[in-house]
Amino acid sequence: MCEHCGCSITDHHHEHEHHHHNEVLEDKKVVDILHNILSENDKQAKSNRKHSEEYGIFSINLMSSPGAGKTSLLEKTIEALKDKVRIGVIEGDLETNNDEERIKDKGAQAYQITTGQACHLDAFMVHEGLHHLDLDSLDLVFVENVGNLVCPAAYDVGTHMNVVLFSIPEGEDKPQKYPVMFRKAQAIIITKIDLLPYIDFDMPKAIKYIKEVNPTADILKISTKTGEGLDAWLKYLDFKMSMFRSV
Amino acid sequence: MHEASVVQALLDQIEQNAKIYNATSVSKVYVIIGEISGVEPHLLKVAFDTFKQNTTASDSELIIEFQKPEIYCFDCQREFKLEKFRMKCPSCESFRVKLTKGDELILKTLELNT
Repeated sequence: MCEHCGCSITDHHHEHEHHHHNEVLEDKKVVDILHNILSENDKQAKSNRKHSEEYGIFSINLMSSPGAGKTSLLEKTIEALKDKVRIGVIEGDLETNNDEERIKDKGAQAYQITTGQACHLDAFMVHEGLHHLDLDSLDLVFVENVGNLVCPAAYDVGTHMNVVLFSIPEGEDKPQKYPVMFRKAQAIIITKIDLLPYIDFDMPKAIKYIKEVNPTADILKISTKTGEGLDAWLKYLDFKMSMFRSV
Repeated sequence: MHEASVVQALLDQIEQNAKIYNATSVSKVYVIIGEISGVEPHLLKVAFDTFKQNTTASDSELIIEFQKPEIYCFDCQREFKLEKFRMKCPSCESFRVKLTKGDELILKTLELNT
């Protein structure tokens, strides 16, 4: 809350000038800004959402550490939905077009953003990605963020929901270690559950840790290898898309 | 480390405001950084001191106000300061809570030389 006029801090550009009559500070001016540092990104994110909505496109930001299975989940999703839902993918990676190729092999549209040194995608990069997809012929766009459980959490890329994945080999305490990321998710998917017999992963604890940082997130469990849980994920997607369309 | 990108956005805002207020340079930059904003204060400072060169903020000092998380519990109907971020009431353990402070990333005040 702004001390000077009582206005709320968020999304509000409000300046107050204080001319100090102190001699030492005569040529100094103290200006209250109270402005979100990432407001330019957030503006672009809003515009991305609006842009997708004009085309009737629902969009999802997929985030996880490297190797948790984002691309595998997308491959299975595209395969399963290929006759029903037209999917496009914006891929973010530091290097290579490997993921773009994997997605295109499954018959979906894909555009790869190679971020170079950037450890995350921001709304401007996703904006560029959207312009490289044929939006007229799409129903659903996934943004596959850079594999990283830290930096992508700070950026609204302008999708309709955030989905965070973490895999059995990573250990059940990932939500405790990366609360900033896990609290940003509307859905959390525990992946590679076919490995449960071989790895000490405490599922009840994992669920407890998720609830502690994000009590309202929907939780799914999937193995893209055996197909377990995939059906629930597809139904969940279908539900989310119909909710989106009904508004 | 996305602190570098955050600093670029911060410097852009400083530059814009320096122009608006006809400032020749900026001497102090006050920001509020929430513990769960995803930004590490030390890294932010390092990035700021690196990227401020050749801008109106080149001689400025970055002052960080660090904000610990606070949640409001709908069951207890009161606010709690948290030592450790959890979306769970430290008193009654209810999950019916909302975050009220701790995710800020705000440019608060600028001290300008005019």
